[in-house]
Amino acid sequence: MVKVVDVVDKLNARVICGSGDMNQEIQFGFASDLMSDVLTIDTENLLLITGLNNLQTIRTSEMSDISFILFVRDKKATVEMKELACENEITLIECSHSMFRACSILNEIGLQPVY
Amino acid sequence: MEFKFEIEGGNFSKAGSASSEVKKILKQLNVNPKIIKRTVVSLYEAEVNVVAHAFEGNMNVDIDTDKIVVKIEDRGPGIPDIDQAMQEGYSTATPQVREMGFGAGMGLPNIKRNSDKMNITSKVDVGTELEIINYFG
Repeated sequence: MVKVVDVVDKLNARVICGSGDMNQEIQFGFASDLMSDVLTIDTENLLLITGLNNLQTIRTSEMSDISFILFVRDKKATVEMKELACENEITLIECSHSMFRACSILNEIGLQPVY
Repeated sequence: MEFKFEIEGGNFSKAGSASSEVKKILKQLNVNPKIIKRTVVSLYEAEVNVVAHAFEGNMNVDIDTDKIVVKIEDRGPGIPDIDQAMQEGYSTATPQVREMGFGAGMGLPNIKRNSDKMNITSKVDVGTELEIINYFG
């Protein structure tokens, strides 16, 4: 389990949308830019790590009950993405690391792979 | 309860809005969250397929006490070989669709995985009809 505050701290990241509860705990991480893959995951309490910054990233998370999204490679969420994420109580986090580095750090602090 | 939603071909900014409405309705009806997820994932995959491949379509939703029946009909190119389209990895998606994070040839197999019953018929140059049934029990 990792806390949102630890994700932010270790990745020098920023929360740009969310409930504001930095002590929420996340158990699993799944990294993909392919939403088709994300839609096949049946795991709860998941952080989606992605470099795909469009509305379908948020829609996919809404349908998959994913409450946390980390954008890597300095990808920025648009205003529409933030609005849709807030409406669905999805926490959005942005960082400038590569996906590989972000995953490596998150795994080191206790975020578990789905498979 | 019956609901009807229109789906606009090619408009990715609205893709998923119909599935999102169905999710809200099922949540209000206190349907088991796991069944809601299975249902809306399959509807969303179907909705994205219409946006990606067809000119326009409709999502007709019929919710009963024990099940949800959804018919997604589109006007578009149709699917020449449904067995081939059901194989994981087979895709005719455009680069634009792939840029949106789809087009990996996993949509129809994932709809089948997330539905209790799935029926699909298609006519080339006319369109495709997909029926998804999920039981609440």
